Amino acid sequence: MTAPAAPSATLRARSEAEAARLPALLARAQHLAGAVLPGQHGRRRAGQGDDFWQYRPVQQGDQRRQIDWRRSARSDAEFVREREWQIAQTVMLWVDSSASMQFSSGAHLPEKADRAQLLALAAAILLDRGGERVGLTGHTLPPRRGAAQIARLARALAGTGEPTDYGVPDARGLPSQSHAVFLSDFLGDLVPVSDALTFAADRGVRGALVQVLDPAEEAFPYRGRAIFESIGGTLSHETRKADDLRSRYLARLAERKAELRQICGVTGWQYLCHHTDASPQVALLWLHAALGGGR
Amino acid sequence: MLGALAFTAPWLLAGLALLPVLWVILRAVPPAPVRRRFPGVALLLGLRDEDSAADRTPWWLLLLRMIALAAVIVAMAGPVLNPRGASDTRSSGNLLILLDASWASAGDWQGQISLIDDLLTEAGRDSRPVAVMRLTDPQPPEFQAADAWRSRLAGLEPGAWTPTPQMMSRAADLLKGQRFQTIWLSDGLEHVGRAGLLRALGASGAVRIHQTAGQLLALAPLRAVDGALELVAQRLVAGPAQEATIQVHGRDPSGTARVLTTVPLQFEEGARQATATLSLPGELRARISRFEIAGQGHAGAIALSDDSLKRREVALIAGREDREGLDLLSPLHYLERALAPNATLLDGALMDVLPARPDVIVLADVATLAPAEEAALLDWTTEGGTLLRFAGPRLAASDVSRSAEDTLLPVRLRKGGRDVGGAMTWGAPKSLAPFAPGSPFAGLAIPDDVKVTSQVMAQPDPTLADRVIAELGDGTPLVTRKRVGQGQVVLFHVTANAEWSTLPLSGLFVQMLERLAISSGSADVAEGELAGTIWQPAEVLDGFGMLRDAGTLPGVAGEALFSAPLGPDLRPGIYEGADRRIARSVLGAGDTLAPAEWPAGTDVQGLERTSETPLAGWLLAAALVLLSGDIIASLGLSGRLMLLRGAAILALAVMLPDPSSAQGPEALAGEVTLAHVLTGDSVVDDLAHAGLRGLGETLFYRTTVEPGPPQGVDLETDELAFFPLLYWPITEAQPIPSDAVYARLNAYLRSGGMILFDTRDADIAGFGSASPNGARLQRIAAPLDIPPLEPVPADHVLTRTFYLMQDFPGRYVGRPVWVEAAPEGATQAPGMPFRDLNDGVTPVVIGGNDWAAAWAVDDTGASLRPVGRGYAGERQREMAHRFGVNLVMYVLTGNYKSDQVHVPALLDRLGQ
Repeated sequence: MTAPAAPSATLRARSEAEAARLPALLARAQHLAGAVLPGQHGRRRAGQGDDFWQYRPVQQGDQRRQIDWRRSARSDAEFVREREWQIAQTVMLWVDSSASMQFSSGAHLPEKADRAQLLALAAAILLDRGGERVGLTGHTLPPRRGAAQIARLARALAGTGEPTDYGVPDARGLPSQSHAVFLSDFLGDLVPVSDALTFAADRGVRGALVQVLDPAEEAFPYRGRAIFESIGGTLSHETRKADDLRSRYLARLAERKAELRQICGVTGWQYLCHHTDASPQVALLWLHAALGGGR
Repeated sequence: MLGALAFTAPWLLAGLALLPVLWVILRAVPPAPVRRRFPGVALLLGLRDEDSAADRTPWWLLLLRMIALAAVIVAMAGPVLNPRGASDTRSSGNLLILLDASWASAGDWQGQISLIDDLLTEAGRDSRPVAVMRLTDPQPPEFQAADAWRSRLAGLEPGAWTPTPQMMSRAADLLKGQRFQTIWLSDGLEHVGRAGLLRALGASGAVRIHQTAGQLLALAPLRAVDGALELVAQRLVAGPAQEATIQVHGRDPSGTARVLTTVPLQFEEGARQATATLSLPGELRARISRFEIAGQGHAGAIALSDDSLKRREVALIAGREDREGLDLLSPLHYLERALAPNATLLDGALMDVLPARPDVIVLADVATLAPAEEAALLDWTTEGGTLLRFAGPRLAASDVSRSAEDTLLPVRLRKGGRDVGGAMTWGAPKSLAPFAPGSPFAGLAIPDDVKVTSQVMAQPDPTLADRVIAELGDGTPLVTRKRVGQGQVVLFHVTANAEWSTLPLSGLFVQMLERLAISSGSADVAEGELAGTIWQPAEVLDGFGMLRDAGTLPGVAGEALFSAPLGPDLRPGIYEGADRRIARSVLGAGDTLAPAEWPAGTDVQGLERTSETPLAGWLLAAALVLLSGDIIASLGLSGRLMLLRGAAILALAVMLPDPSSAQGPEALAGEVTLAHVLTGDSVVDDLAHAGLRGLGETLFYRTTVEPGPPQGVDLETDELAFFPLLYWPITEAQPIPSDAVYARLNAYLRSGGMILFDTRDADIAGFGSASPNGARLQRIAAPLDIPPLEPVPADHVLTRTFYLMQDFPGRYVGRPVWVEAAPEGATQAPGMPFRDLNDGVTPVVIGGNDWAAAWAVDDTGASLRPVGRGYAGERQREMAHRFGVNLVMYVLTGNYKSDQVHVPALLDRLGQ
């Protein structure tokens, strides 16, 4: 996957590989989502919904058929049974599909893109089960409900990656007052990220930022003379002793994380750094809580 | 020259001095940088190296390169191992390679052949004419080009004998008057007449001897001593103590040749001879064919066994067994005692014994035989049996062979017999006359105390004189014999017990039985007995000790059989005479092995000759290996090993067959494989393939059936037995299969296969001929062995094998599906929703709902064909998948679900 070759030569193999992943991705995401029991997204106020909220005395303007006769028969007053107001939220997903995401440092580790897609799809399945509408940002997939939407999401997520080196969050098509989840490694320029989050915050959109990193990016386990190249091949850096760079690299990484956290804090978003060698379950639970907590 | 190593260009070794310089130069050059893909490079940009010192090439890589370079330099200097010294000058002129080629050289024949090959190679290089001569079969020498001899090397074989003085002198005569150098490959044994030949050769030119240095073991013919077999082995050199193993070969009871047992053989230190004794049950002993010293591989290590080890089967039948308890008077007592050690005795009625084909039947005082018995006995005798009869009171009193000669008696008998030397007779008991020379008993000593008091008398007949083989002192016949076909009838004119004579009490009786080949106790064959006979070789040994069919080899005179030296005319082996087989082994009973003694001053060498080995090629190869190791190590250091691995995987992928093509039968038999019949219409075939793939995935995810990739089946060529289910889409233009295919299809249906016919036209014609597909289906299915059909009834097991369903939609819905009709009298059990339909799985399912289209998925798992509209259509597709699952379950489990009907009844019967 990492070797750039003629598109015509690898198109078949790549599409085969991508296609093979699609049902598997869906199945894994279903499996992952099955481990989380979705709570209710009640509005904590009376309204339209299925769940009981409260009995209240009949007020003027209530229709007779709204009276709960069973409750009313136990006392002299007449009561109306109110249900909790439940509305469907809209959650928009953005998954970075740039070249830098297509990296894994070991044969046993998934690519960052794979993990991000898995998390996004599992979250989408959870949300769909909770009755929310899920879509993709950037007018690629409008928010809808149902199993068909999950299938469309899976197909869209497993689509071919972008050729650019680092992805830029796409905040277009965010409905106001909705929620959003951005998944990327955020190793590129942070200005577009900051712009996108500010734009979203302006529209009342809150959400979660998940930074998916490979363990090698966190540890920098390289030594000796080396030329580091980005996955897309646009950037390169040569060093004679890679081990000398480690501490400075790690400092820069920590700085970047802090910056992301700061942007999130300003815009009211939540931030998580997830590593591909960690269990996706943890990240999914966090994501679920982050989205559920925002109701 | 350095010991056994020399260089052709030693001055090149000076190049080794350059190595330290190279070391310094290579050390200074840093290794190539490693290229790494790393998304975090954005964070690295702008960082500078603090330490400018570069990484150095690791010392072990430098060492590797240095060794490789040193190997190249040394190789260029041309090292040669075991260089041929100046003393070993190559001579010119004719070369004679003289072989003893006796059995003693067969053990190391391969070494001799390779030595000859080397000699011929050298001679070919020097363009010397060569002749090869075998002393065991001297032929006039032909001096030819070495290559001509090399092509004949494979045909050179050692003889199974040793060169005789005649052969030596003949060889000397043939070589007389020519000039040549001789290389003599000796077998290590001393041969009579060798010195003369050596002198003759020395007169013709230089002589060099190559002699096998190894030990040589040989086996003398076996002897029977006190009932045990004694095996004597000789060895050539009396060296330290040595152990060997004698293998006893023979046939096991099923007739397979195998090693029956092994005997350890221990040579004491300094002894030339070792003895092993072997005591075996008689039955096992009779099956021995030869003894062989393991691992020798020449004819001398083999001792053949002959009739002396065979045990004859002798059936004893007496006419009168009514005197109980009087053992010493029993007619058979002495016979049993005489024969029991050396023969297998059969006991029983005559007609019971005959089918066992005994070698000998003894009739002791049996006068009359039933006609059936007589006929059977005559047949058996004609085919080679020996019938031994004894006289007695009954025979004497009977009328058998009185007026005409009985077929089963050698002579006519006078009535009553005679008594001599009894209380009421004149004269003394008669003793035996010396045996005539032609008699089989000739040469046996007659003890004085053998007296005959009574006997039956032979009628004088013209043939009588020929048939008498033993007579009394007064000339009356005592033993007569007649040939009947290939067998013989022998009559002792006395009883088998001591009533009429003391003969059964004497040792002579046993010897006479032996001579008649009735008992065979000793291996000794008297010389006199062999005189004048001709023995035909049956199997002969070759030099390597392999027994071969003798073919058309001429017979051998009996006198020569043991005494004459072995040669082309008298080979070791097994010889057949009139009534016995005699083995002649390579080593005689008294022979010993004598090591060759060469006159002083003779050039004697071993077989092994170290040949010149140029080492340059090996060194260059080592350098190449080291350099390729250097390549791999360098790639690994610069992180490019992945590329190499990728290339290897690519090469593997190119070499491996395409897994998507047709699978082998093993793979098909290993897992459930759904198959569809190839119709020739690629669209239909692809759709059927995709449909079965979709069905397979559904099965995989929902059930424990995990089918392999579906398979297109060409009915004309492919084997059907691997497929539980054949999906057969019908197209209009489908060819009608051949008769052979129909035969196979019918066999497939009868052996439990199922075909799902799909007309794919929504069955608009109700399988009439109105639709083209329907008409085609009718024509295709007509020759098939299909039972009466009916639309699937509501209680058919197909409706509940996995999912509960009532109709079977595909892309079309609601049309009836036809299966084998239920038997007539099927009744519905009370309280059960289903009828009892436990037998038979329908061989065909016929419908037109185009199931494959509903099942079909593309590579990504997305459906290929639309079904219905919207979610109602998806529901219909789901039902189509369920039908597929039910169908496969039905094929694989049969009527198991129908049996469930009986579960309540079974539980009730079990009392639960």
